[in-house]
Amino acid sequence: MKRPGWLIPTAYIVFLMLPIYWLLNMSFKSTNEILGSFTLWPREFTFDNYVEILTNPVWYSGYLNSLSYVVINTVLSVVVALPAAYAFSRYRFLGDKHLFFWLLTNRMAPPAVFALPFLQLYSAVGLFDTHIGVALAHTLFNVPLAVWILEGFMSGVPKELDETAYVDGYSFPRFFTRIFLPTIAAGIGVAAFFCFMFSWVELLLAKTLTSVEAKPIVATMTRTASASGYELGLLAAAGMLTIIPGAFVIYFVRNYIAKGFALGRV
Amino acid sequence: MNKTLNQKAWFFVLPVVALVAFNAVIPLMTVVNFSVQETFGDNVFFWAGVRWFEEVLRSERFHAALLRQLLYTGIILAIEIPLGLAIALAMPRRGPWVSVCLVFMALPLLIPWNVVGSMWNILALPDIGLLGRSLNAIGLEYNYTRQPFAAWFTMVLMDVWHWTSLVVLLCYAGLRSIPDAFYQAAKVDGARAWAVFRYIQLPKLRYVLTIAILLRLMDSFMIYTEVIVLTGGGPGNATTFLSIDLQKIALGQFDLGPAGAMSIIYFLIILFLSWMFYTLMMRNEDRS
Amino acid sequence: MARITLQDLRHSYAPDPKTEADWAIKRLSLDWDDGGAYALLGPSGCGKTTLLNVISGLIRPTEGRIFFDGRDVTDATPEQRNIAQVFQFPVIYDTMTVYDNLAFPLRNRGVAEAEVDRTVREIAQMLDLDRMLKKRAAGLTADGKQKISLGRGLVRSDVVVIMLDEPLTVIDPHLKWTLRSKLKELHYRVARTMIYVTHDQTEALTFADQVVVMKEGTVMQIGTPVDLFERPKHVFVGHFIGSPGMNVLPCRVENGQALLAGAPVATVNAAAYRGNGKRLELGVRPEFVRFAPTGIPVDLVKVADAGRFRIVEMRHAEGTIRLLVPDGAAIPGSRGHVQFDPTRTQVYEDGWLVG
Repeated sequence: MKRPGWLIPTAYIVFLMLPIYWLLNMSFKSTNEILGSFTLWPREFTFDNYVEILTNPVWYSGYLNSLSYVVINTVLSVVVALPAAYAFSRYRFLGDKHLFFWLLTNRMAPPAVFALPFLQLYSAVGLFDTHIGVALAHTLFNVPLAVWILEGFMSGVPKELDETAYVDGYSFPRFFTRIFLPTIAAGIGVAAFFCFMFSWVELLLAKTLTSVEAKPIVATMTRTASASGYELGLLAAAGMLTIIPGAFVIYFVRNYIAKGFALGRV
Repeated sequence: MNKTLNQKAWFFVLPVVALVAFNAVIPLMTVVNFSVQETFGDNVFFWAGVRWFEEVLRSERFHAALLRQLLYTGIILAIEIPLGLAIALAMPRRGPWVSVCLVFMALPLLIPWNVVGSMWNILALPDIGLLGRSLNAIGLEYNYTRQPFAAWFTMVLMDVWHWTSLVVLLCYAGLRSIPDAFYQAAKVDGARAWAVFRYIQLPKLRYVLTIAILLRLMDSFMIYTEVIVLTGGGPGNATTFLSIDLQKIALGQFDLGPAGAMSIIYFLIILFLSWMFYTLMMRNEDRS
Repeated sequence: MARITLQDLRHSYAPDPKTEADWAIKRLSLDWDDGGAYALLGPSGCGKTTLLNVISGLIRPTEGRIFFDGRDVTDATPEQRNIAQVFQFPVIYDTMTVYDNLAFPLRNRGVAEAEVDRTVREIAQMLDLDRMLKKRAAGLTADGKQKISLGRGLVRSDVVVIMLDEPLTVIDPHLKWTLRSKLKELHYRVARTMIYVTHDQTEALTFADQVVVMKEGTVMQIGTPVDLFERPKHVFVGHFIGSPGMNVLPCRVENGQALLAGAPVATVNAAAYRGNGKRLELGVRPEFVRFAPTGIPVDLVKVADAGRFRIVEMRHAEGTIRLLVPDGAAIPGSRGHVQFDPTRTQVYEDGWLVG
């Protein structure tokens, strides 16, 4: 089991890295080189594509827009999900099971179904083309997910913890913030990771609900690609830059990945 | 855990209910509204009853898209679940390299979906892409913008690239939670690798595998962005899955009635499949 | 079945052990006869589970050799050693029936199905599992599951030794007793070597013919339950075994005579003292202390009722002395005198028994 054991994961990682390498390769090439020849690494190494993105406001504002609504969404989703998950993990109440199931069905709602109604709804309430608007729209699938993940982690915490705290004279808010939240820190990390992930990678709703002010980087990419033809180098550089926040987030949760992906339920 | 009855718990769930209701109920009502009315523009609507539903359910175009969707979901599940499981099993149980492996594996999951599409677009281009060029160099005729089979091949490969890691991470987390004593007992009992897998690992992975299949089932039904960027649903309609067809009708042709009806049918199909799969897994659970 | 010999065994989990504390098992040699019942006893972290895993082959020792019947098995796998093991938490194959669980080790070894059936039924009857053979193993209670774990070891005729790693931890208290006597009964019936690891002295003393007491990777004493009780080789053993543990009081020895706070006390072994220890102590079990009109003066501190007897705690100039008084017997007032049984009072030098 020793040597072939390493072979399979290594081969898989090489397979995963190939397209990313190709994107990286393209991002350092000039348009001439891309269209003119087939090269396995950049012969005329250039930073032009990155310089263009980082200096042109059309590009970098898209980047900032994306980060803004993703962060707003992550915070919002986790904050509203926390008390709800606590309620589901600790109490029985009228319609609790149906409510939980209904929440989860929203995770199954295809964004394609909601794109048009969302456009009408968010235009009507004046949230069209705002960061908060996109963040709110993404709660459709992130809040149910966050509730579900957090509920799993909270159910793993024995109820005696709550009871001991009350006996020791803690009020509920103080218990919740001082004792309970630190106990499920790993769960909050994992929930935030998933919210960040699904908000960051989503394009359909983000693109539909924005035009100029809050246009995400991913939408800029699709529009640039169609408008100015074949600027593959620029596209590749923009793509590479969208990988970076994800890589950062993974790095921070790397210690939770092995256990956290079991979502506290195994 | 035995939970206490407490109706005040509703206050805790109220923010979530309000938020999700705003996002889900109002748009869903809008869709339902579209689906039972007819319009000739200018915001004038007429009652259409279930006509659009009948039309959608009878249309060959919808049947074709649904069939493509089912085939696609079937193929990627058949590849990603066993492959992900196999990779998770091959991973070492501990050691400094494990978290490095996991970080690399998780990377595709955090790349925006259109970037995934663009990335594979660039990779698969027959003239300047690594994949396309290589396949053509070894004598295979490959052009995913013209050949339906090549388009499907690229789509499936892209999905495997994008999502197998999710299965790996879930399975790996599940495997890690099996106590060492089980492996030791199996060793003492003289169990071979296959028996360890069949009688220890597989039963213990049941829950995470259910989640993995459920997530991939749901998400593959919703696939949109990657396809639009990579193939645009083509060549012809070869990769026009349900969500792409829906967008063509709704935003392309602005046929709100049929689009609304199709949305609801589409949503119900996902719900039904997920529910069916879930109850199937859980019924087996009860029996054990 | 086999005689087990451990020779100069040492084990460390650190890849490069430097200090004494890096060793989970410090140098150890012992000989166990075929068919005996042995217990490894000690507090958590004393190395008893490590030692068990070394014997079973799950861990390869850093140094030393292991022999089964004179055959060197140090590098053999658990399977090649023909051992069976019962773990702290019941390990069962959830998806299989009780029958299939018991048959599993045999089927893995390619035993003919008729033979499998005969053995499984025989062992199931021994364990009182014969009425639930068709049930799913996952549905059984903890003690039932633990019986299955044990049964998987018993079905194999080639098993040399059965290891039990704190097998009663998850069992309900009222069932512990039944399962313990079942174990003892099984040991008589199958006559296999059994090694039982526990931190519970009652379990160890009632089960084993010979008990190995360990502390911080060192063997403190190997002996029969009676040995451990009457002649503890180290004050730790005296303290760890018995309830309450042995009284230990600082003393001096002059001319082969033990002196407690200046007064002479008759002991078994003071005469053997050669006069080079730094710390001298007197050890006597509460069972062998009694009230007397004269003797060692003490102040009464408290009396605790333990059912059939009472534990009296007293203060003496050199420390606390406990003694046991049978129910109904008189206890003097706040002051009194006690005497130690001279045949049960021993002198310890730096913790170890003198002589």
